[in-house]
Amino acid sequence: MSEELVLVHRDEPIATVLINRPKRLNALSDDLMDTLVRALQELDADDTVRCIVLGGSERAFAAGADIGELARSSAIELYYARRIERWDAIRNLWTPLVAAVSGFCLGGGNELAMSCDLIVASESARFGQPETGLGIIPGAGGTQRLTRAVGKALAMDMILTGRMLSAREALSAGLVARVVTREAWLEEAERLAREIASKGPVATRLAKEAVDRAYEGTLQLGLEYERRALYLAFASEDAREGLEAFAEKRKPDFRGR
Amino acid sequence: MPEVEISREGAVMVVTLNRPDVLNALNAAVHAGLASALEEARSPDVRAVVVTGAGRGFCVGQDLGEFRVETGDIGTRLRDLYHPNVLALRAIEKPVIAAVNGAAAGAGLSLACACDIRIASASATFVPAFINIGLIPDSGGSFFVTRLLGHARAFEWLCSGRKLTAPEAQAWGLVATVVDGDQLLGQAMELATQLAAMPTAAIGMTKRLLDRAASAALEDQLELEAQLQAAATKTGDFREGVASFLEKRQPRFTGR
Repeated sequence: MSEELVLVHRDEPIATVLINRPKRLNALSDDLMDTLVRALQELDADDTVRCIVLGGSERAFAAGADIGELARSSAIELYYARRIERWDAIRNLWTPLVAAVSGFCLGGGNELAMSCDLIVASESARFGQPETGLGIIPGAGGTQRLTRAVGKALAMDMILTGRMLSAREALSAGLVARVVTREAWLEEAERLAREIASKGPVATRLAKEAVDRAYEGTLQLGLEYERRALYLAFASEDAREGLEAFAEKRKPDFRGR
Repeated sequence: MPEVEISREGAVMVVTLNRPDVLNALNAAVHAGLASALEEARSPDVRAVVVTGAGRGFCVGQDLGEFRVETGDIGTRLRDLYHPNVLALRAIEKPVIAAVNGAAAGAGLSLACACDIRIASASATFVPAFINIGLIPDSGGSFFVTRLLGHARAFEWLCSGRKLTAPEAQAWGLVATVVDGDQLLGQAMELATQLAAMPTAAIGMTKRLLDRAASAALEDQLELEAQLQAAATKTGDFREGVASFLEKRQPRFTGR
């Protein structure tokens, strides 16, 4: 392999993973997705990594699936290859995952960004699900996660017309958490990741799971889950340390226990 | 001769609308020429841009003659031909100077107002024009004129459609400088050359900050300043600026 499909950079306590297929605007081929999932799982298993930033390049987070590869496959091949199912591995990561989106974030790229825990967008970012223009539909969560993020009206507009959202529009629609200037798309995402990484790791994981529960099941079950997660967090050494440090007006030293 | 002429003098790019017999009215060919000029202006070796018109006029807006043969939906026409160029012009992260050599009317006025600085010849005129034929200011006219003049003056002017002379435009702050017609291009080039020698990346960022300032909350503007200042400190021009100050010599900025 001449060029790494995915670049990993560790800077404890965070790690940055960059999709690196510049000539194809980071089109998400099977190879690339496999490499990406493996890289993310490896970082996830490492206790010293407390938050992961997933980005592309300034020009494109990812412009979508690899259309050429897709066009060569039959439906049954895709089904048996469990192509999209592989994406579920990203949802199952424990470590908080921040998407740093600059430039095009389209189709599978947008679905990948939405699979992360939150999105930081450069002013230059463009979000869209243009699949129906190719006679197909989003298949890695686009119709479901986009609808939960921005509501039915805007999701329908984007998915049925191919309308792209600017970063500002995405911010006001609730698709992204922050918009930052083009020059700082990666630094600002990394700064946010360091903020996350500075909190109690046990609590962060429990909180992440609890927020995800908000989109599954009833409010009653979600509240119940949250309460139990709080008791569990309370039982951690980190909670003891955090509460003590607060009382003593010093910075906590979290150990992830 | 092409409808839009492009020339370079050092780091300055001059874009000349070139349909002098119709006061540089905008037709499809001018839009296309302008689009490729604006594309070329993004090149890193261009560090300032001058926009002017050939002959007696700057630009009198839409070529109404074109409507005789081809009407079509004006909304579609604006979206397809005008808007991309207005947006591309504002997206040029370097100073853009309008050298207004004659009448700037209708969309031609919008074009002049979309630039960062306007220099006018003494004989230049500024005419909203739209209202006089029952239309509204388009291609950014309502946006730029309001920002440049404020609501009260913009309303009075855009709704009366009256012709503004160059000295009047200067008194209103619409125009930075008024010079004799034969000196206009020379003055514009001098200013553009000066600006092109400045740290042009920081000029581009300043332009973005000012564009945002009119509608931003203070908190957001402060945050944007912090992010852009951090980016500015990473430029070679910042290092050169500090070094030349400490070494008590003239800086040599490159725009990077």
